Amino acid sequence: MSLVQFSVNGKRESLDVPPMKRLLDVLREDLHLTGTKEGCGEGECGACAVLVDGELVNSCLVPALQANGARICTIEGVSTEGRLHPIQQCFLEKGGAQCGICTPGMILAAHHLLDKYPNPTMEQIQEGLAGNLCRCTGYMRIFESVQQAAQQANELTAKS
Amino acid sequence: MRSDVSQFDLTAPPSLDAVLAALAKEPGKHTLLAGGTELMVALGTGRLNQHSLVSIQHLRELRFIGVDDSAIHIGSGTTFTDIRRSKAVAADLPLMAQSASWTGSVANQNRGTLGGNICNASPAADTPPVLLAYGATLTLVSASGTRTVPYAEFHLGYKKTALRPDELLHTINVPRTFSGYRHYIRKVGTRNAQAISKIALAAVAKLDGDRIVDIRLGAASLTDRPARCSAAEAALLNQRLDAANIDATVRAARAALASEVKPIDDIRSTAKYRAAVAGNLLEEFIRSLVT
Repeated sequence: MSLVQFSVNGKRESLDVPPMKRLLDVLREDLHLTGTKEGCGEGECGACAVLVDGELVNSCLVPALQANGARICTIEGVSTEGRLHPIQQCFLEKGGAQCGICTPGMILAAHHLLDKYPNPTMEQIQEGLAGNLCRCTGYMRIFESVQQAAQQANELTAKS
Repeated sequence: MRSDVSQFDLTAPPSLDAVLAALAKEPGKHTLLAGGTELMVALGTGRLNQHSLVSIQHLRELRFIGVDDSAIHIGSGTTFTDIRRSKAVAADLPLMAQSASWTGSVANQNRGTLGGNICNASPAADTPPVLLAYGATLTLVSASGTRTVPYAEFHLGYKKTALRPDELLHTINVPRTFSGYRHYIRKVGTRNAQAISKIALAAVAKLDGDRIVDIRLGAASLTDRPARCSAAEAALLNQRLDAANIDATVRAARAALASEVKPIDDIRSTAKYRAAVAGNLLEEFIRSLVT
């Protein structure tokens, strides 16, 4: 067992876990943050995506020990005080979420994308979300959700 | 079936020296773990046979891109995202930037490292053909010293490398002497994004008029290891690509390539398809040189 300390959604955590336990399992089993989903468990589908120190990663491929000292953001940390993040709101309005399994990873991938490219082209959206597989929506509504979120954020910036 | 994680040990020594000391103390016992995009997949599917792992992911000293007059030096812990963000790489080593951009998804590029891509030694990996075409060298370190080996001599067989059990890949040195060269890379997979290649070819060539005066070819999935295609290179070197000669040159190069590759049938493709497409890619590259 190894002592692993990190912050999740702003809260400090200190855990005694097997060092090779997947961050995905630490989040879900030890911290009961079940918003992060397991799809393939092989880094292909992106359902388990979270932000580690601001970078998008697949938590199924991160051993717990490598998260030591990190700042982690999961889907539970995206909304604030019960209010949906604009990206979440756009997924809701545009039908970017159906069964919901891929949605947490999609939202975090979109978050990471808009951090890097506040005004993404369709190609950048497609590349940014290429590691997140959805079996319901056909992707078009997801791309539209991200486009709308970018547009709203840009309008807000323009106003302020 | 997933592995029982309690059966695996992972430590994170505080420095590179401490990692090298651990490797020297018990050579062959430990396996280095960087971004985890390969070994953690093996863990997840119950195929991870190494039980003592040493993390090098936190070692800042292995994560750098340095530029001097003759080469770009890339630390083995540099991620594909770091490589994609490097202006120096984009300017001098466009094939490197391109291959990094199609190595997995953004999330995997944020974790996966160039050193991992090399040491995992998959014949289908994305960056090795580029490193072969560019004539890279590798700096290997151990507690007892440092040595530099040409990358073309690093892969000894299927998943076999020249890395000694006490050694670690420290730096990938890539010459930046390709100004005026023509660059080519193409990966053929099942789909455009996030596919493991069926076959890939990276190439650089220098022309003097219509004569090829330097050429280097690196390929994925054509032999049991990432391979430099020296027979095809020899068939092309000093050849003229004018209208009278180009068809014969293409035929000779395709034949030379066919003679030196040994593709296999596997889950992703067939030997026949790979051999045919390899010839097509080579021909596409040769003909692109005269347009």
